Amino acid sequence: MLPPTLLTHAKVRLALHKLRSGTGRALLLLHGLGERSPAEPPQVLNAWPGPIVALDFTGHGASSIPAGGGYTAEVLMGDADAALAHLGHATLVGRGLGAYVALLLAGARPEGVRGAVLCDGPGLAGGGARPGSPQIVAPDRAAVPPPDPFALAELARDVRPPEYATAFVRQAAVLSGLPRPITICALERAAWLRAVAEEPGVEESTIPEALALYASVR
Amino acid sequence: MIAEEAVSYPGARRPDRSRFVDASGVRIAVYEWGDESARPLFLAHGGFDFAGTFDVFAPLLAEAGWRVVSFDHRGHGDSEHPALYSWDADVRDARAVLDSVSHKPMPMIGHSKGGALLTQLIEAHPHRASAFVNIDGLPGKRRHPDVADHERTRLVAAELAHWLDHRRRSAKKERKPGTIDELARRRGRMNPRLSLPWLRYLVPIGARRFPDGWRWKIDPSLRFGGFGPWRPDWSLERLPGFPVPLVGVVGLVQEEMGWGTHPDKIRPYLPPGARVEAFADAGHFVHIEKPREVADLALRFFESVGA
Repeated sequence: MLPPTLLTHAKVRLALHKLRSGTGRALLLLHGLGERSPAEPPQVLNAWPGPIVALDFTGHGASSIPAGGGYTAEVLMGDADAALAHLGHATLVGRGLGAYVALLLAGARPEGVRGAVLCDGPGLAGGGARPGSPQIVAPDRAAVPPPDPFALAELARDVRPPEYATAFVRQAAVLSGLPRPITICALERAAWLRAVAEEPGVEESTIPEALALYASVR
Repeated sequence: MIAEEAVSYPGARRPDRSRFVDASGVRIAVYEWGDESARPLFLAHGGFDFAGTFDVFAPLLAEAGWRVVSFDHRGHGDSEHPALYSWDADVRDARAVLDSVSHKPMPMIGHSKGGALLTQLIEAHPHRASAFVNIDGLPGKRRHPDVADHERTRLVAAELAHWLDHRRRSAKKERKPGTIDELARRRGRMNPRLSLPWLRYLVPIGARRFPDGWRWKIDPSLRFGGFGPWRPDWSLERLPGFPVPLVGVVGLVQEEMGWGTHPDKIRPYLPPGARVEAFADAGHFVHIEKPREVADLALRFFESVGA
């Protein structure tokens, strides 16, 4: 595996791994909660014609581990946006937490994100649709990072309201120019994902079918 | 942490002691006014402020026999600028400071974002507080202007792109330098009801001098506004169950930093025995505009409930 490209997002150094070369737009992989980028491109992505790259989120894999936590899905969207700035345009494939982040970035950068594929993986549901009882989140002090135990503790309980998630879908649908900016390949149905599945511009399919569609769009 | 170019202000007194607390690896600056052996009272500032903004208010509480403890939020004042910021992290930092003072219940006062932070800390740990004065930080249905990235749901494409553009630039961002007067006037734009002499007093405390001028210490990556999934009415819905004696203090003059909480709107949600004190001729910074009145109100309240 080649050494990763190092990107800067505010005070964090992010590792962007090139898994495979190719011609055309890059496929950007966003891993799940507690995971890291794979060493090899998953076989299911074989038909993608362009390069395949994978980002380690803050506190994961080869990216830096900040002190004192403070993770939000929004700051991870900023991580993914740093990768997007490096790539120019990209089609996103996210697993679990990475699927939620892919949706956020598809809504926030509708011109740069040419399709987002939401797949099963760790951290898909987050903390659910509404906050639970207030608590002060403390990480596992015996843990050996990466992943940062603060990331595991905080991003397993961040609130993901369905109406918040659908606002990002609507922006992607209106501003991306793509007839179908979001594809759901996940089987798990978190509350946010159930609501997303009902929106115009979102369809369910297999990963190869979604990649074939997004490889064909400009 | 002693200012190198002190500017005086009537009634203002720098803390008697300062120290740092390690909050999970983030250095948090802690300040104390009053006798170290006196009963502790916990004080939390608002967003984009710092503990030095209590330099008039805190001494009034200390003179009444309290050990007043406050701190700079992460990224604010003399606390460390960490890589990440979140609501949960701020509440956790506050608890770390509290742990450094006492594990026994103590009275607390919070302003604005500090009021909302302490509200959540007390809801999570009711055994840590004996009574609470919340100065214009009570939950409402309106978004809170000094709570970055937290209580916003309005998603506007331009706003999202603007936030991400700011994140892309923030590694290289620094605060704009200026003279004491320039920094005071700049702050005055967001705090229009506060006097220029007071704002000038704050500069050598909340700013640092560089060869090209003074710069506010606050982390340049922090930004006013923001967005996130949180809805303010979630906090409001929990208010009826608030676990310790509570007084809300609001100024009725609306201004940009204000939370726009009107007593009539909040009253139906108040827990039994709680009340809201409204000052008709003050804005968001009630404790700075009327330090004596707000301090006396808090002191009488704490005494009345045996806090």
